[in-house]
Amino acid sequence: MNARTLPYILILPVTLFLCVFFLYPFVLVAQLAFTKGAGFTMDNFREVVTYWKFPISLKNTLLLAALVVPIQLALSLLMATMVTKMKRGRDMVLYIWTIPLGISDLAAGIIWLAIFEQSGFLNSMMNGLGLIEGPVNFLSYQNPVIIFVAIALAEIWRATAIMLVILVAGIGLIPKEYYEAAEVFGASPWKRFLRITLPMLRPSLQTALILRVVLAFEVFAVVAALGGTLFPVLMGEIYSYQFDLLNSNGAAALALIVLAFSIGFTLIILRILRVPKGATI
Amino acid sequence: MAEIQIKKVAKQFGDYQALHDINLTIADQEFMVLLGASGCGKSTLLRIIAGLETATTGEVWIGGRRVDHLSPKDRGIAMVFQNYAVFPHLTVFENIGFGLRMQKLPNDEVTRRVERTATLMHIEQLLKRYSGELSGGQRQRVAVARALAMEPDVILMDEPLSNLDALLRMEMRAELKGVLADSNTTAIYVTHDQVEAMSMADRISVMHEGKIVQAASPIAVYRDPAAEFVASFIGNPPMNFLNATPAGTGKWAVAGQEFDGPQTGATALQFAIRPEDMQLGDSGLTATARVVEPLGAHLLVTCDLDGNSFRAVLDSDLTVRPGDKLTLAPQPDRVRWFDPETTLAVA
Amino acid sequence: MTDVATNATATASTRKAGHYVYAASVFLLCAWILVPLYFLLINTLSSPEEVNSFPKSFIPAFNLGSLTFFAGFEGMMSALKNSVVVAVMTMVLSIIIGAPAGYALSRFDFRGKELFRLLILLTRAFPLPLLALPLAVLFIQTGLDDTAFGLALVHTTLAIPFAVLITFSLFSGIPVELEEAAWTLGCNRFTAFTKVILPLVLPGITASAIFAFVISWNEVFAAAVLTIENRTLPAFLLQTLGEAPLHLKFAGGFILVVPALIFIFAVRKYLFAMWGIANR
Repeated sequence: MNARTLPYILILPVTLFLCVFFLYPFVLVAQLAFTKGAGFTMDNFREVVTYWKFPISLKNTLLLAALVVPIQLALSLLMATMVTKMKRGRDMVLYIWTIPLGISDLAAGIIWLAIFEQSGFLNSMMNGLGLIEGPVNFLSYQNPVIIFVAIALAEIWRATAIMLVILVAGIGLIPKEYYEAAEVFGASPWKRFLRITLPMLRPSLQTALILRVVLAFEVFAVVAALGGTLFPVLMGEIYSYQFDLLNSNGAAALALIVLAFSIGFTLIILRILRVPKGATI
Repeated sequence: MAEIQIKKVAKQFGDYQALHDINLTIADQEFMVLLGASGCGKSTLLRIIAGLETATTGEVWIGGRRVDHLSPKDRGIAMVFQNYAVFPHLTVFENIGFGLRMQKLPNDEVTRRVERTATLMHIEQLLKRYSGELSGGQRQRVAVARALAMEPDVILMDEPLSNLDALLRMEMRAELKGVLADSNTTAIYVTHDQVEAMSMADRISVMHEGKIVQAASPIAVYRDPAAEFVASFIGNPPMNFLNATPAGTGKWAVAGQEFDGPQTGATALQFAIRPEDMQLGDSGLTATARVVEPLGAHLLVTCDLDGNSFRAVLDSDLTVRPGDKLTLAPQPDRVRWFDPETTLAVA
Repeated sequence: MTDVATNATATASTRKAGHYVYAASVFLLCAWILVPLYFLLINTLSSPEEVNSFPKSFIPAFNLGSLTFFAGFEGMMSALKNSVVVAVMTMVLSIIIGAPAGYALSRFDFRGKELFRLLILLTRAFPLPLLALPLAVLFIQTGLDDTAFGLALVHTTLAIPFAVLITFSLFSGIPVELEEAAWTLGCNRFTAFTKVILPLVLPGITASAIFAFVISWNEVFAAAVLTIENRTLPAFLLQTLGEAPLHLKFAGGFILVVPALIFIFAVRKYLFAMWGIANR
């Protein structure tokens, strides 16, 4: 019977596809990063790291992630717990809260541009409330903090839903009996959240955090829409290496650095949030 | 002709030997039950006959044809699954007619057969419904009708009644037996329920740890079990076992009493008697009643006999109290003997 | 006795207050999501002059000026068309390639299964758009550069992990017994799949196809890297971000957002069942 060969036939297309369009380019990127003209060299890395924009783009990316990810984690946890208690209107609220999932990061950037730009809605509101006389140019180089805040807000707005979906699914898997047992034993709602929900959510939290952190390093279009060149981030720098400086070796080297950060943080999260064997639902 | 022959079939899953050297012949139109506890290999054997699993070694013959290299659809079989496997996206009519449509039978023939089997299984009023609207018992009837509509040579059933509640199970048992007796199909039925096996089978194959321990008619399996496993598995409450030591040629000492038994040179035997083959009498085994259960139709008394636990089924009119001393006389022709080492019956 | 009574009313009123806080927070969070979208709507439905004016009104003028400007802008409509073409190709490719693998994972135990699953998960941990860089060179060599098909191939790489994991959980939800029953009723493996499995998973597969469409529709970085003449909408908007007039940006953003909104609404049921579980 071809039941032995059939599974391999079925996974062949995907494996081939991923080899050609994932593994092979990955090898190419590594190649590009570690060569220059002829032989093996670390020059590209040196060049990229010593470029004046590197420290600031690294700092910006890390700072943004450090601010946005914890806020999103807390917010999505809050929203997930709120949603589990809901009865009427749950579907509608859930849909509204996950709308940002379908919104591209570029569109999100544009949306928040509408709020923050000079003739935008924030200015209009403040003017309407009598707080300011004329429009304030929020997104100018004179207000780096405001630009940072605008980008952070846009990111929080856009990407919380990603974590929310994973956490809602995770909470849904926790059997009600555990809460009821805890309640019978005298645990308050907050205690129940801390001692039952959070620990049992570990696998989902792990997944959600890893996903979010990896995506945080890829932040690009939102920044481009709101800050342009005023707020350099790693991904933007890769783009500029490739197309403005026409230095694909540099772009590749920087890409590998981004990858290293992603993997590094993934491993850290896996370690901190590791689930003991047998301690899952 | 749908005689089934299983020759030297063995099945291994990795390191685990699920079936050892199975040899069985099932006569045309016979109702054969494969009986055993979970994990004994009965479902595996059924699936090998069906073609859903392949045997590691051995041959399967159906109707004089060797079929072990054929896919299920080419073996002339139809199957009823434990969880019914009624297709959720089709109506009852389309479910029952599914196999017939696959055979490209003409529409009026399909309709005729579907309506006939649906009436047979008392679901003719449900033909337009979907399985989601049906109860478990109704879905089971659809599954049976679907198999019967194929008019197969062999019908295979994998614990079809085990997911039904007790009352429904009893009704369906009688119904199935009647329906299958009327059709000219060979049937193989897998179950762990010995009552089902006893009530429905022409012959029972008692299975244990991947082997067939005994294949015989229900009454033979009940009266003359071939091994201790069969003796203790069949019958509720189970058979009583006592140690027997030699007391002369053809004589054995059991709990201080002497009984006629097999003439062998063995140093020890197992004396076995069913609780329902015991009576209160003047001579026999002495026991002290411990638990008395008045079950209505009879009295179930669990006793202490010579340090062993011993059960007797007595007349419900008797009055027995815990602590009473009883003399229990076994019916002589119902006593059975087993070799404690091989666990096989000794004549 | 009165203490108990006052305690009871006290807890009752705190509970009521708690309910109000809860309802208010839910409302606020919904507003937080919807209001910015509303702002975008206002801008889209305003004339170009109104978009650039200050202060902004909070009611849309229902003027189609911006949208007509958008439609008439050089290269915009073809960018839109390109987005659709690439997204459709991605949708088709990711399902055709991914679904068989999902089926294999759910039905078979084969050597290398864990390795395969690892490969799929690996693609999620890696910033995939970065792969567009070397692929740009490869595409130039093979003539796929600046083509919809070339970009669709990259987008499919993005979408395939989802397609595999989602179809895996879909197929796993269908008992093997149904296929086995079909095999005993005259079907071979293929007809059992088409007549029994496919009708049951079709809604789920459609949902995951739509999901692949949205992923492709929204993707920016790879699109910007791999297309020059035949830009998709996000790439086009990115390119013109610096110089384009405001009303163009907003109208473009709106066009980006609306189809995705509709699609997510259509598949919202499956989103949680599949995305949540597929991500574990």
